[in-house]
Amino acid sequence: MAEVLVYVDHVDGAVRKPTLELLTLARRIGEPVAVALGSGAEATAATLAEHGAVKVLTADAPEFTDYLVVPKVDALQAAYDAVSPAAVLVPSSAEGKEIAARLAVRIESGIITDAIDLEAGDEGPVATQSVFAAAFTTKSRISKGTPVITVKPNSAPVEAAPAAGAVEALTVSFSAQATGTKVTARTPRESTGRPELTEAAIVVSGGRGVNGAENFAIIEALADSLGAAVGASRAAVDAGWYPHSNQVGQTGKSVSPQLYIASGISGAIQHRAGMQTSKTIVAINKDAEAPIFDLVDYGVVGDLFEVVPQLTDEVKSRKG
Amino acid sequence: MSLRIVVCVKYVPDATGDRHFAEDLTVDRDDVDGLLSELDEYAVEQALQIKEAADDDAEITVLTVGPEDAKDALRKALSMGADKAVHVEDDDLHGTDVMGTSLVLAKAVEETGYDLVIAGMASTDGTMGVLPAILAERLGVPQVTLLSEVSVADGVVKGRRDGDTASEQLEASLPAVVSVTDQSGEARYPSFKGIMAAKKKPVQSLDLDDLDIDAETVGLEGAWTKVDSAAERPARTAGTIVKDEGEGGKQLAEFLAGQKFI
Ligand SMILES: Cc1cc2nc3c(=O)[nH]c(=O)nc-3n(C[C@H](O)[C@H](O)[C@H](O)COP(=O)(O)OP(=O)(O)OC[C@H]3O[C@@H](n4cnc5c(N)ncnc54)[C@H](O)[C@@H]3O)c2cc1C
Ligand SMILES: Nc1ncnc2c1ncn2[C@@H]1O[C@H](COP(=O)(O)O)[C@@H](O)[C@H]1O
Repeated sequence: MAEVLVYVDHVDGAVRKPTLELLTLARRIGEPVAVALGSGAEATAATLAEHGAVKVLTADAPEFTDYLVVPKVDALQAAYDAVSPAAVLVPSSAEGKEIAARLAVRIESGIITDAIDLEAGDEGPVATQSVFAAAFTTKSRISKGTPVITVKPNSAPVEAAPAAGAVEALTVSFSAQATGTKVTARTPRESTGRPELTEAAIVVSGGRGVNGAENFAIIEALADSLGAAVGASRAAVDAGWYPHSNQVGQTGKSVSPQLYIASGISGAIQHRAGMQTSKTIVAINKDAEAPIFDLVDYGVVGDLFEVVPQLTDEVKSRKG
Repeated sequence: MSLRIVVCVKYVPDATGDRHFAEDLTVDRDDVDGLLSELDEYAVEQALQIKEAADDDAEITVLTVGPEDAKDALRKALSMGADKAVHVEDDDLHGTDVMGTSLVLAKAVEETGYDLVIAGMASTDGTMGVLPAILAERLGVPQVTLLSEVSVADGVVKGRRDGDTASEQLEASLPAVVSVTDQSGEARYPSFKGIMAAKKKPVQSLDLDDLDIDAETVGLEGAWTKVDSAAERPARTAGTIVKDEGEGGKQLAEFLAGQKFI
């Protein structure tokens, strides 16, 4: 059976959920061979094996942290050369997309970014994408070279599928370009203890209607009662009320949770672009004409300062 | 030595309009109003700020690959303050994918001469956000992408990249390819003077022959990806909308419980 390379997104050996989803998709087209780079790479093997990786190729070197993107491209290319896979799958993070794109140029292959589903097809894997702010759904494939496809989080279920997951060290020789862009300092993002925005099953977002950084406590309280991640519209981020890393939309994160709750958000096209594929959508807005109501499964026309705390209390009492 | 900045700008269908596909499943660019991609305005703005801060002369060329109407995008960038423009236009470019576009841009950038290429973080139609990385790969120069802050001094570009897990300070020697996000600072509006001045600024037209590019490597036929179908997403079924009469939060909780979220 053909092998499929899966690029692993992990933090010090802890595999992030989108990678496990990639393994599910990879198994539809072949046998997953994982590529894990950097510190803790070997520690990823057990989880990857549990989810179907037949092999885990690992490499660690200071270059991966000291320089931007290119060292990882060199490593992925080394894996590609070693395996000659039928496809290469990479998580659709900003960095993942750049790594995938540079690999595609090098191996003279087409690239599809931000797939939301993947199936085997007669002429290679068929990727589903959601385009024009989710107004259209397309199906595409790669017509030249080895398909390189990046896949968005929440695009497939995580499935247990035990496989060997044998660890093999990957030999990487870095290209002349590898040290071109130096990372001179790195400030890790502080963890909030809440689920990762792109991976969360429930997202609770606030917009301009929240009217102040201090009022985001209301949104956070609702999120915590539901075990949800917190999102924000660009208007709220631009006003400095919430960090940009929580922005949902075209220039923020794109989310596709089971449940999305928008409070004080009008529903501009650029915001919709990042949340329109959510399964269930709920909105609270005092303007009955707000475009967000076109999307909702359930909407409350009302003041979020009344509705949200009442909802939070009700959730808490129902959960006991 | 003067600093040569090339800004890559894309002409895109208006996101607030009715965007759709043409019969050949390429993005319909004839039927829908177009404009300079808003995210590329940030790239033009940073180029202008780098020029204003430069000790020596700097010259800003805006570059687009696109149909005839893409001149509008160039005019807008010129009216913001760019010095000159290059328009790569050729019927054979219709349907080109990111691999082809990046090839054309790489050749055009080299033809123009550059120390620094600045792009937007993503086009608002394709939204891939990978072209700057591909351009750096093709040109064999450092990629310093997705910056929310950027500065250039003494032949070195520095910037801040806010990633998923960390915020990074980056540094590379010129020549380099940079992309900037919409966190880099609001783009200026063209002034009346700027708009008038733009009319006299040079716009150079190039076609594939000028760039020595074989037509077969670009266009719909030359694309390395193929769109098999594009379907309009079915409208969401109309939901329940209630007016809060004091029980809105509770009603919402009832709905969520019914859906097994609580
Ligand atoms: C290139 C580009 C990229 C962009 N990218 C993004 C992006 O990634 N994400 C994004 O979100 N936006 C993005 N935008 C901005 C987008 O166009 C909108 O401006 C933005 O989404 C508006 O945010 P908002 O809904 O919070 O604010 P508004 O549009 O001002 O809406 C606020 C809403 O709150 C309601 N409200 C006010 N008070 C209350 C109250 N007490 N109770 C209940 N409701 C209340 C109002 O009725 C209103 O509907 C982008 C724009 C451009 C041009
Ligand atoms: N046809 C084009 N002409 C000029 N620049 C482009 C073109 N397409 C993309 N770009 C540049 O590349 C960036 C990222 O585009 P993309 O990878 O297509 O999302 C854009 O913000 C532009 O700066």
